[in-house]
Amino acid sequence: MNLTELFDVIVIGAGPAGLAAGIAAREQGCDRVLIIDRDIEAGGILQQCVHSGFGLETFKEDLPGPSYAQRFIDQAKAAGVNFLLDTMVLNVTRDFQVTVSGARIGLKVLNAKAVVLAMGCRERSRAQIRVPGTRPAGVYTAGTAQRWVNIDGLMPGKRFVILGSGDIGMIMARRLTLEGAEVARVVEIMPYLSGLSRNLVQCLQDYDIPLFLNHTVSRIYGNRRVEAVEVSAVDGQRNPLPGTAERIECDTLLLSVGLIPENELTRKAGVKMDQRIGGPVVDNTYSTSVPGLFVAGNVVHVYDLVDYVSQAGTKAGRSAADFVHGRWLGLQKTIPVQGGAEVRSVVPQLICPESLKTEEIVLQLRVSSPLERSVEIVVQAPDDTIIAKRRLPYARPGEMVSISIPSDAYNLAAKAERLIVSLV
Amino acid sequence: MIEEKKLICVTCPRGCQLTAEVEDGCVLDVSGCSCKRGKTYAEAELTDPRRMIASTVRISGGIHPMLPVTTSAPIPKGLILQLMAVLRTVDLQAPVRMNDVIVSNVLGTGIDVIASADMEKV
Repeated sequence: MNLTELFDVIVIGAGPAGLAAGIAAREQGCDRVLIIDRDIEAGGILQQCVHSGFGLETFKEDLPGPSYAQRFIDQAKAAGVNFLLDTMVLNVTRDFQVTVSGARIGLKVLNAKAVVLAMGCRERSRAQIRVPGTRPAGVYTAGTAQRWVNIDGLMPGKRFVILGSGDIGMIMARRLTLEGAEVARVVEIMPYLSGLSRNLVQCLQDYDIPLFLNHTVSRIYGNRRVEAVEVSAVDGQRNPLPGTAERIECDTLLLSVGLIPENELTRKAGVKMDQRIGGPVVDNTYSTSVPGLFVAGNVVHVYDLVDYVSQAGTKAGRSAADFVHGRWLGLQKTIPVQGGAEVRSVVPQLICPESLKTEEIVLQLRVSSPLERSVEIVVQAPDDTIIAKRRLPYARPGEMVSISIPSDAYNLAAKAERLIVSLV
Repeated sequence: MIEEKKLICVTCPRGCQLTAEVEDGCVLDVSGCSCKRGKTYAEAELTDPRRMIASTVRISGGIHPMLPVTTSAPIPKGLILQLMAVLRTVDLQAPVRMNDVIVSNVLGTGIDVIASADMEKV
């Protein structure tokens, strides 16, 4: 691999989104495709997700994370995708210059005809949730602990409290229990579970790990090391209720309190952002506001299933190939898609109705609160013309839902100045 | 007497809320499933509950000191802790290929423990 030549597509991030994007770009006829990752191996966070539950959509099999990654890595290698690992990307410009730094190659500027940003997401840490108390060792994000246990073979503690009922938190509660630690409890500030309900069963209930909804960690105790945490019930505004505090002895507090798309490079490139989800504004080709800069996966919005991350990667990789070959549709007229009733966020935020001539457009959304009843997702024009609708048995904030705008809605969508998606 | 049991299906991420009608240990009917796997899950969960178990085992000579492994099929819930004790005794040498059998017929279940990924030798 000659790094001084012009690449067709450079993909940043070798996780599931980046791998799928690289493979798709190769399959669409791009000769020189490079995936760059800061880790020493491809696969991204899947490598530390040793539990199963991956690939039911993509492979119709229930695979562990590393197996799901391995299949894509093997495919990428077979397709002739190049990898540059152990290398950090420092900057991406609007004309596709990618500045990289690594121990093996030093500081270099690589050039491409299109770029796919697939940096994934990052965990919220103590700094973002502002837990009062001392600052001892023993407060870690659940993903950090997962990496120590599953990749490095290290146990971060003996007795744990986990704050947040996200999937990683619940999965780590089980993992630590299996490795001989005690998980005193999982504490969730919201009145509902933030991860998938299957994980409540197979990670917490199976091992008799108590879950406290409407509770939070209100103080951390300990000097050199965590000695205990204070757990309090919360009111409707999520503030600790006086008189409910309980001291729980533990040596480690794990935080599973949400993920934030990792968009430093995206912002530096001057891409228009969606402040609500912390990701770039995209159209249905996964283009950002900078033509030729595409994005895929958790860098756009945080998914709960890797299969959809891979699908997004494939789409972004194809779009990048279309851009390279001068057949990208995204310069056509786009119209905004807005979240209406009960919708917290929707991706893509823009659609190009012309795309409907060749394929359906899928909108992915998160609801703002749990709707434990039969609901209908409705996509409408401002004059209330219904473009698409779909009935669901229920909708929960922890589980992304989607609706497709079918190709035969082209005439309706092309006439609308914007679309509104809501749940009724 | 027919008893109603509420379950959450763990077969896929959808997490359907199932209601099973049980009489004398026999599952008569299951409702709330979105697919046929829900019924299978409920029947198994109420008679012979099993889980896929994924973990890690020690490995030398690879790029990491631990290799991810998984059971090749769900194992009885009652054997999970014994399985973990078996895995703690394993010590491998890289390289290993995905799906290599690491422990065959673990605890006499007829189920293998297999490698979840390749581990290259360094």
